[in-house]
Amino acid sequence: MVAQNTAPASRRSGQMLLLAVVAVLAAAGLPFLINSFFVGVVTSVLIWTIIGLGMVVLLGYSGQVSIGHSAFLAIGAYGHALLIGAGVPFFLSVPIVVAACLAVGALIALPSLRFSGVYLAMATLAFAFIVEAVIGDLDITGGRGGMPVPREKLFGYSLTQTNVLFYATLVLLVGTFLIARNLVRSRTGRAWASLRDSEVAAASMGVGIARYKTYAFAFSAATTALAGTLLAHKVGYLSPDGFTIQQSIEMLILVVIGGMGSLAGAFYGAAFLIILPILLSIVKDKVPSGMGELPGLEAGIFGAALIIFILFQPKGIDGAIRAVLARLKNGTGAGRDDHAGA
Amino acid sequence: MQGLEVRHLSMSFGGIHAVRDVSFEVPAGSIFSIIGPNGAGKTTIFNLLTRVATPSGGEVLFDGTNLLGLRQNQIARRGIARTFQNLELFQDATVVENVLAGRHINFSTSIWQEALGVAETRRQEDANRAEADRIVDYLGLRRFRDTPIAYLPYGICKIVELGRALAVKPRLLLLDEPAAGLNATETQRMAHWIRDINTSLNVTVVLIEHDMRLVEEVSHRVLAMESGRVLTVGEPQEVQRHPEVIAAYLGGVIA
Ligand SMILES: Nc1ncnc2c1ncn2[C@@H]1O[C@H](COP(=O)(O)OP(=O)(O)O)[C@@H](O)[C@H]1O
Ligand SMILES: [Mg+2]
Repeated sequence: MVAQNTAPASRRSGQMLLLAVVAVLAAAGLPFLINSFFVGVVTSVLIWTIIGLGMVVLLGYSGQVSIGHSAFLAIGAYGHALLIGAGVPFFLSVPIVVAACLAVGALIALPSLRFSGVYLAMATLAFAFIVEAVIGDLDITGGRGGMPVPREKLFGYSLTQTNVLFYATLVLLVGTFLIARNLVRSRTGRAWASLRDSEVAAASMGVGIARYKTYAFAFSAATTALAGTLLAHKVGYLSPDGFTIQQSIEMLILVVIGGMGSLAGAFYGAAFLIILPILLSIVKDKVPSGMGELPGLEAGIFGAALIIFILFQPKGIDGAIRAVLARLKNGTGAGRDDHAGA
Repeated sequence: MQGLEVRHLSMSFGGIHAVRDVSFEVPAGSIFSIIGPNGAGKTTIFNLLTRVATPSGGEVLFDGTNLLGLRQNQIARRGIARTFQNLELFQDATVVENVLAGRHINFSTSIWQEALGVAETRRQEDANRAEADRIVDYLGLRRFRDTPIAYLPYGICKIVELGRALAVKPRLLLLDEPAAGLNATETQRMAHWIRDINTSLNVTVVLIEHDMRLVEEVSHRVLAMESGRVLTVGEPQEVQRHPEVIAAYLGGVIA
């Protein structure tokens, strides 16, 4: 009876898995097909997808808003750069930094959550300002001038090589995705979705509201820190200007535009966030001089896109793709597993 | 004592005494109804029992345990589940997912086991899904199993909420106006579930209800209240004939 009842879901997830495997294999072949500039662009998209996975869990599943996640990106990037600079290998540095942000995320979230969600947003903002100030002030981080990211090798290959960083990012993204997918499909994912929809009902079923909100927050802090370690190698040089509230806001733009109904939204949002500025810079070269020099053009376009999505496509790119797929399947209810079943 | 004991329970919102010195007992295995006009304080009593709100005074014991020492999310683990007057279902989720969400405390996996998707996680997930399916079938919801709540008629939603509360595997079930908004046939069906849950599943039930036919049909004892105070407690027919109860309802629901 069980097997019979769960068959459709497992078949669907079987198809999804197949699709994911094909996508990963295709991605793994990319460096052989496109030049290193594009491999670099794809790497950026994948790094931001890792951030997006945490944001989909935080905002989409648990319904919490953070405007300070740039702090975790900074701790991830600087922490990792300092550790490898001190001779700690990549393999050890990444888990240390990620575990530290998991703990720091929990420590920040728990006390503020005992009161109310608004305090969390405030606390994260304050934390981001503190972290930004501290890294701008310390000697070991190079202060406002910043610091170069030490050269680091992985299996004997230098991470300064575009392809090496690409593969490292791909592997870590797949790992993060599998963990996120396991979580949102488990009772933890259902607890997140239920407290998002009705805290009083979730609590009446035994869900510890503060506890589960903290889990979501700590998870997103950890994924953002992981992305930070990879970003450090990507940019090669860290300075406080790269870790401001602007990055926190870009993370929010990412999930709103990508769609927070399922984990796939993280990828769509990251692609949008990374590729739009590149397209803009190409267009800028083509238009008569002066037009392309407009200050704030990029921010303006992001702002406009955000408003358009919130008004007309609140489920983001992910929601639009699901709607199209559902229509293709002739409205058989496909794409409705966006609650806890992603 | 086995069952629920409420003693001198009081609570006020600002100046409004929503519940004043309310005492009653619900022996294990029985069905107990609370009636009274809108604003009488019935829902507030449920909120006090389930720790959504904190009383200004009084005691609540369930199977001898003091519930007032617990937090809101510890109530389910003591064997108490509830439904809400205004549905609190998870709108995007399907019927079976809502019921499955009610299984929360029946998992014993850690978040690490869930993150890694170890065999034990899968085993418990399967077992709880099977139990959720049994509840869906028991309540005759199989047809709607994979339908999102947003697409269901109100009467079905009421039964889904009952199913989600049952999924907790409670010994005490608190139902806040389970038949409100239901038509005669649906109300009849609800009466059937309440009796069956009580007798076959051996669950003690406290229900808040306006429909006097339903109350009379299912309840062993009835408490009538008005303006936060208890008017009378007794057998259904006795309570209905009580002059103060008739006065309280005059021109109201059962006039
Ligand atoms: N959260 C609240 N804040 C202020 N007053 C409330 C609140 N909840 C209930 N009340 C008041 O308490 C009284 C009892 O309400 P309630 O328990 O909901 O009544 P019932 O369920 O019997 O209709 C009413 O006067 C209501 O206005
Ligand atoms: Mg009420």
